[in-house]
Amino acid sequence: MVLTPRLELEDVWVASPEGGWILRGVRLRFPERALTALIGPSGAGKSTLLSLLNRLRDPDRGRVLLDGRDVRETEVRALRRRVGMVLQRPYLFPGTVAENVRFGPASRGESGPPVEELLAQVALPPEMAERRVDGLSGGEQQRVALARALANRPEVLLLDEPTASLDPGATLRVEETVRQLVETTGLTVIWVTHDLGQARRVADYVVLVMAGELAESGEAAGFFAGPASEAGRRFLAGELLPREGAGRAPA
Amino acid sequence: MSFVSVLVTLVFVAVALVVSYTQRLDLERDLVVGAVRALIQLLAMGYVLDVVFRLASWPLIALVLAAMAGVAVQNAGQRGAGLPRRFLPPAVGIVFAEAVTLALLLILRLIPAEARYVIPISGMIMGNSMVASGLVVNRLKAEMRARRGEVLSALALGASPRLAAQIPLRESVRAGMIPTVDALKTVGLVQLPGMMTGLLIAGASPLQAVRYQILVMFMLSTSTGVASMLSGFLAYRQFFNAAEQLVLPAEAAPAGGERGGAAR
Repeated sequence: MVLTPRLELEDVWVASPEGGWILRGVRLRFPERALTALIGPSGAGKSTLLSLLNRLRDPDRGRVLLDGRDVRETEVRALRRRVGMVLQRPYLFPGTVAENVRFGPASRGESGPPVEELLAQVALPPEMAERRVDGLSGGEQQRVALARALANRPEVLLLDEPTASLDPGATLRVEETVRQLVETTGLTVIWVTHDLGQARRVADYVVLVMAGELAESGEAAGFFAGPASEAGRRFLAGELLPREGAGRAPA
Repeated sequence: MSFVSVLVTLVFVAVALVVSYTQRLDLERDLVVGAVRALIQLLAMGYVLDVVFRLASWPLIALVLAAMAGVAVQNAGQRGAGLPRRFLPPAVGIVFAEAVTLALLLILRLIPAEARYVIPISGMIMGNSMVASGLVVNRLKAEMRARRGEVLSALALGASPRLAAQIPLRESVRAGMIPTVDALKTVGLVQLPGMMTGLLIAGASPLQAVRYQILVMFMLSTSTGVASMLSGFLAYRQFFNAAEQLVLPAEAAPAGGERGGAAR
């Protein structure tokens, strides 16, 4: 089955509880079967935008469409199975790796895909299944969180700074794992990152959000070669200068 | 005990006032207000109970119980500040705890159906249920905030709010029951509880007093168990909206300190 989930934002506005807007009039269509990096300065509204896509929150104005239908018209749990998510930290539940990986299907009384297969997808050895999660490294935990999200067989995977708390080595391995998933399974991935180096390494497409507005979107190669917008040029210049040679800022 | 001796007991409040004044605790005003309130509330309760006991009318007893429940719900509801329906968990929790416990006591013929048993025992049931319900809701708010990431992760995996809130809910219901369980373990060793003390002073034999105390302690495990469970179940749902999104209540100014346990 070839999945081509069509995710679109239609003039989306999200109000801030402190007054003003977190997102203002965002119109966007995410490319299917590809990895899109959602970038922008902190506080730009990236994570808020992401949380609209699996309805962890709803826009105050405008619509989010999946395959042309307002996501509010779908049963919310079914939507969240189709559009999976991994957060900044793994947030694993107490228990074993297998129990965590089976959580989604088990919550509906289903057995789900074999745990070993899911672990293999995130480059973890099958014998890890029976280990307790508290003994794992941060990188392993985050990959268990990925496997747990994949157990629902999602069509879209939302990643909210999934490597923010990982060391550089673990970060690269998670990047490789996700890239592999996109190429082998045709998963649609939307990856929020504030790290331009990371976006450059993983993304097919780039969406730049600044101060709640869509500043620019397009192919990653084109964006990094020369952004089309003034905002994109400023962001790229301002972000790249202090980062060169400085390595990854600690989370 | 004469009324004059009651007035003499004010000397104890005076000692506390001296402590507060010399140590600059700034509690003098609260102490005076508290002492006056305690005096008036208890004297009034004494007169009311005197009348109720003598009339032995069930509608009147029901009215007294309803008033006690109202105060308990009002008090425990403060803990739920920020929740959409904060009085619902303690209201259902306390009323059901009272109903279940009292029904068991009467059906099993552990106490006679008389006002002088039903009213004080109900006071203990509702007082302890009130504390339990308040602890549950308070803890639930803290747990939902602290485990926000886990709750969101579970929701994002397509879990029901019930499943997503499982760990916070379990921890909160435990928190509501722990004071009762701890009291079961230490009663008689550390403390002679209020009811037993009262019976002893009023001239009951220690053997008779401990039997009532055992009854009270065991019955309170039912009461706080029922109150905690129901309060937890009615409170956790209020952290989610119809779209099964997590909605944390706005961070409020820290509430007043926990009240000590009610009489056992």
